Amino acid sequence: MASTPSTPPPVSAKRPEFRNIHALSDLPNYRLPAAGIVSILHRISGVLMFLLMPFVIWLFDVSVTSEISFESFRSAFLAGIGFVPAWFVKLVTLGLIWGYLHHFTAGVRHLWMDATHSVSKAQGKQSAVATLVISLALTVVLGAKLFGLY
Amino acid sequence: MAINHGSKRLVVGAHYGLRDWLAQRVTAILMALFTVVLLLQVVVGEPLSYDKWAGIFATQWMKVFTFVVILSLLYHAWVGMRDVWMDYIKPVGVKLALQVFTIVWLVGCAGWAIQVLWRL
Repeated sequence: MASTPSTPPPVSAKRPEFRNIHALSDLPNYRLPAAGIVSILHRISGVLMFLLMPFVIWLFDVSVTSEISFESFRSAFLAGIGFVPAWFVKLVTLGLIWGYLHHFTAGVRHLWMDATHSVSKAQGKQSAVATLVISLALTVVLGAKLFGLY
Repeated sequence: MAINHGSKRLVVGAHYGLRDWLAQRVTAILMALFTVVLLLQVVVGEPLSYDKWAGIFATQWMKVFTFVVILSLLYHAWVGMRDVWMDYIKPVGVKLALQVFTIVWLVGCAGWAIQVLWRL
């Protein structure tokens, strides 16, 4: 749009610029869309499971090696193990359950997007919300079971 | 051999992008399938006990499937963690150290898991 010399172009409101996002000063104010939340949680859950890998193998080891070790596997969730109380074992397991469910659901979402080319903005939002709802609902159901609520 | 001169020469990249993208998906499908197969065996039949749980991993086909899944997880987690380090860690030395740690961690875990699996 060409403007005549007598009327200078209107000064637009200064909009925020994100050139180099700072974790502490920018991220809390950054409005991430649902797909973005699913994306960063996919990473966080992946790293979480990477770090908890020895815990998973330990669970596999004690649960499957012998009946005696199976009992110590059970008691880790009932009475704790060593200096670690049972509630902490359950809490870490809950983190693991959430991590697995989120990573699994978000992964299936990726495969679905790849297979059906469902990559429009609306579809992306819809499937992201579905991912969050499914993974969190299943986490609540399994978490309630883990903590003996039913 | 790839053409590496003239107008068709390769000018960018280490060319593991597509391979890793595909491996990420193939290993993911294997692990998802394993999850369903394992869950079915846990849910179907009598309530879970030690005998039932150990019995699931005692069959030869399940041992082989679990073994494949352990290796899939090794590769899957390597691609994912390397992406994370590449995106967030700039100093080359720190990045290299973290990548070496990742490989040691993953290979160690895979070895331990396979040991548990095969001594059953």
